[in-house]
Amino acid sequence: MVIKKIINDFSITIATVNGSGSQTANVTLLRALFKMGVPISGKNLFPSNIQGQPTWYTIRLSKDGYIARRDEQEVVVSMNPASFVKDLASVSPGGAFFYADDIKAPIERNDISIYPMPTKTLARNSDVSPNLRDYIANMVYVGVLVQMLGITMVTIQQALTFHFKGKEGPINSNLGVIRAGAEWAAQNLKKSDPFSVENLDNTEGLIMSDGNTAGALGAIYGGIQFAAWYPITPATSLSESLNVYLPQLRKTPEGKQTYAVLQAEDEIAAIGMAVGAGWAGLRSMTSTSGPGISLMAEYAGLAHFSEVPVVIWDVQRIGPSTGLPTRTAQGDLTEIYFLGHGDKQNVILLPGSVQECFEFGWKAFDLAERLQTPVFVLSDLDLGMNQWMTKPFDYPEVPMDRGKILWEADLEKLNGVWGRYKDVDGDGIPYRTVVGNRHHAAAYFTRGTGHDKNAKYSEEAGNWEANMLRLKHKYDTAHLLVPEPIIEEPTGAKVGLLTYGSSEAAVREARVMLKQAEGPKTDFLRMRALPCTKEVIDFVKKHERIYIVEANRDGQMRQILSATIPDQAPKLRSAAHSDGLPLTARWVKETILDQEEKI
Amino acid sequence: MTSPTPAPMSQANKAGLTKNEYRGLNSTLCPGCGHNSIANQIISACYELDIVPENVMKFSGIGCSSKSPAYFLNRSFGFNGLHGRMASLATGAIFADTSLKAIGVSGDGDTASIGMGGFKHTVRRNVPLVYIVENNGVYGLTKGQFSATAEVGLNLKHQGINQYMPVDICMEALVANATFVARSFAGDSKQVKELIKAAMSHHGVAVLDIISPCVTFNNQDNAFHSYTWSKDHEAPLHEISYVPKFSEIILQEEFEEGTVREVTMHDGSLVKLKKLEHDYDPTSRWHALKMLEEAQHDDCLVTGLIYIETGRPALTDMYNLVDSPLNRLTEPDLRPARQTLANINAMMF
Repeated sequence: MVIKKIINDFSITIATVNGSGSQTANVTLLRALFKMGVPISGKNLFPSNIQGQPTWYTIRLSKDGYIARRDEQEVVVSMNPASFVKDLASVSPGGAFFYADDIKAPIERNDISIYPMPTKTLARNSDVSPNLRDYIANMVYVGVLVQMLGITMVTIQQALTFHFKGKEGPINSNLGVIRAGAEWAAQNLKKSDPFSVENLDNTEGLIMSDGNTAGALGAIYGGIQFAAWYPITPATSLSESLNVYLPQLRKTPEGKQTYAVLQAEDEIAAIGMAVGAGWAGLRSMTSTSGPGISLMAEYAGLAHFSEVPVVIWDVQRIGPSTGLPTRTAQGDLTEIYFLGHGDKQNVILLPGSVQECFEFGWKAFDLAERLQTPVFVLSDLDLGMNQWMTKPFDYPEVPMDRGKILWEADLEKLNGVWGRYKDVDGDGIPYRTVVGNRHHAAAYFTRGTGHDKNAKYSEEAGNWEANMLRLKHKYDTAHLLVPEPIIEEPTGAKVGLLTYGSSEAAVREARVMLKQAEGPKTDFLRMRALPCTKEVIDFVKKHERIYIVEANRDGQMRQILSATIPDQAPKLRSAAHSDGLPLTARWVKETILDQEEKI
Repeated sequence: MTSPTPAPMSQANKAGLTKNEYRGLNSTLCPGCGHNSIANQIISACYELDIVPENVMKFSGIGCSSKSPAYFLNRSFGFNGLHGRMASLATGAIFADTSLKAIGVSGDGDTASIGMGGFKHTVRRNVPLVYIVENNGVYGLTKGQFSATAEVGLNLKHQGINQYMPVDICMEALVANATFVARSFAGDSKQVKELIKAAMSHHGVAVLDIISPCVTFNNQDNAFHSYTWSKDHEAPLHEISYVPKFSEIILQEEFEEGTVREVTMHDGSLVKLKKLEHDYDPTSRWHALKMLEEAQHDDCLVTGLIYIETGRPALTDMYNLVDSPLNRLTEPDLRPARQTLANINAMMF
């Protein structure tokens, strides 16, 4: 039987034991494929556990450049006896199943190719020290896949060199095992599946990174001066990246720091420190996930009301409560939009790619200082922790915006006459001074209690209301400053697909699938911020039906848009789904087709 | 923005300022509240130390105590933050300009209950902050509930009798490795003032637990935090006097040899501790803990400088910060050069 080859268009899932060192093997494969010019996306589905529980890594190869998660798994590697039965069942019909041959279990499938791998034997025969053998056994499946799929050894070597930062010892010992695996496969396995990899040039000009690293780098190029944080999955690596890159990028030639990073005792202290630093004139930030956001609510509310610039990253995981700490969702949107008690809406940036994590990393400080308010950046576990191919980071082309700040010379010109909460320019944004300003009229007293235009304590009804109305007006100004949406409306379609954040990948692919399925023509909009700008409202008005695609249960963006443009609410349809995994294009397509059929 | 309240003219100090220029707004606390006399001693201490008010930042949490930063140093920046969260606010702000002094005012509810975690961590980090706890054993603004420093057996109207052991703020500070721990009594204004001066010269966290009676809710003669009880039971460890650096003042009193301990502060000033009944060594944490334990047993209010350690680095020393204040840095200092990003991109595989 002649099998039609399937080249550069399938998914590989590797089932291993958490903490077994498989991550190195998996990203080596991912990077090697990327270097072969094949568009890839890698997703780590890991348990909330340090060592011993089942974990899966999925690599999608897509010659056409789709990077959303897929349900189908054509090639499955099983290294874990505990998940063996499930893994075997997960292989798509016609797929390939590789397994460590020390796993003794019945294999009752005849619709797939089955390949045993002597991982333990080959690891034992390698020259690495016995205590590293379990780790290096993972490199055996890398070698077998290299041989069986046609991955080039050159790119494997490049990936290892990157991973081990050029250290020859580990590079060579890993490479030795990979070669042994490949050689063994060449001699002992007969290929009976259709999947293979070939060089392509579809990753030219792209880089690979994760959203948390990108966010930290963006913050550094945005001039971050203070960060306080508390460890929490999946946000931890954002702050840790600050600690990696700040010393490289932000020390003076004399080795002095232009920044400070502090690990706080909890999220309540982290946000308190960040607000204190922002108040004192530093570009200040904290990063956390949903449970931390809940703890930060009180200080976020105070910062909003007392008009303190601060940047707060929420790398979302699925909640409520501890939820699924290692799984993704876009479930914190409404919480953050209204975070803090009393009347308010917050400014939120919604990065949709790793490159945009970088961009919003610096932009968030400009907005926070311009608007004198907390600016939230909503990433998620999928975007933040997984490796993505992405456009290179763009150097900020606009000067830093430090906002309306008065120093001694400015106050001199004003003869010391100013008011902290006066709307001088009609945009709702007042002027501020910061500590260290030695002008005798610089100081003011900041408080969460009622205050008048001069920051004096006031319980006057009129003062309270005037201040709250000015804050609302300030939020109107925010509409003009936040990033505009990405819109693609080539067709004059009646149906609009609206999404945000990491759900973009699934929506883009779903549009093509809808076309192939002769479903409705669709226009596309990705929101990049709240408040929702005029472009978003115009897009909604232009279409008969809008599907709002998001990874949460309740359709949170739909809730917000329905409240923002109530006259348009009847046309807003929810395509919301949350099970801890990133959305797939197939789910988006089917959900839309289902709803369209009912019209 | 400032509107100093009228007060009698006084002589200008070395900073060229009269005492009036250290005042705040009129207090809205109850007449006779211990907190008002502490605010007055902060004013006096800063005036006598020739501190420029613009060089001070004020912080507070929530409660009666936390209102008081509005009642002193009108020309200093202040931030009245959240309940129990004063110290984190100060911790972030001190990085903006390390030449500034930070004074935090908190209460026993603010520090010993809701803010206990933050308090302990602020202490262990040695945040350069004068951390004053105006301790009255009671919640005032919510009208008279027990605080965590209330003694067992305290009987409050509407509350009944307190059953729980009190928190000793000085003991907590010591256990958390504080570098400056003092206790005083709002009624002992001279001691309060001298301790504030010493605290202002301390490099690191300076915890001042000041018993500050609440005349409205907790001033019964037999209550630990009352004027009467505190006056009757105060047992000073020593007579403290603060001598600024380069001071030309010749001490009026002649001390007998061996009766005075001197502590040289980080800035070169001296704290002189005149021996009273017993000799007390404030540089031994062991002695300090033992003394507090005995004081609790003997039902007495021991006041004075309980513990001091001058050698340890303050939080901001642990960062090798640039010399100019961080909040004066501009884009060229803060945004890495374009070429560096090209290198980063090249590194990203």
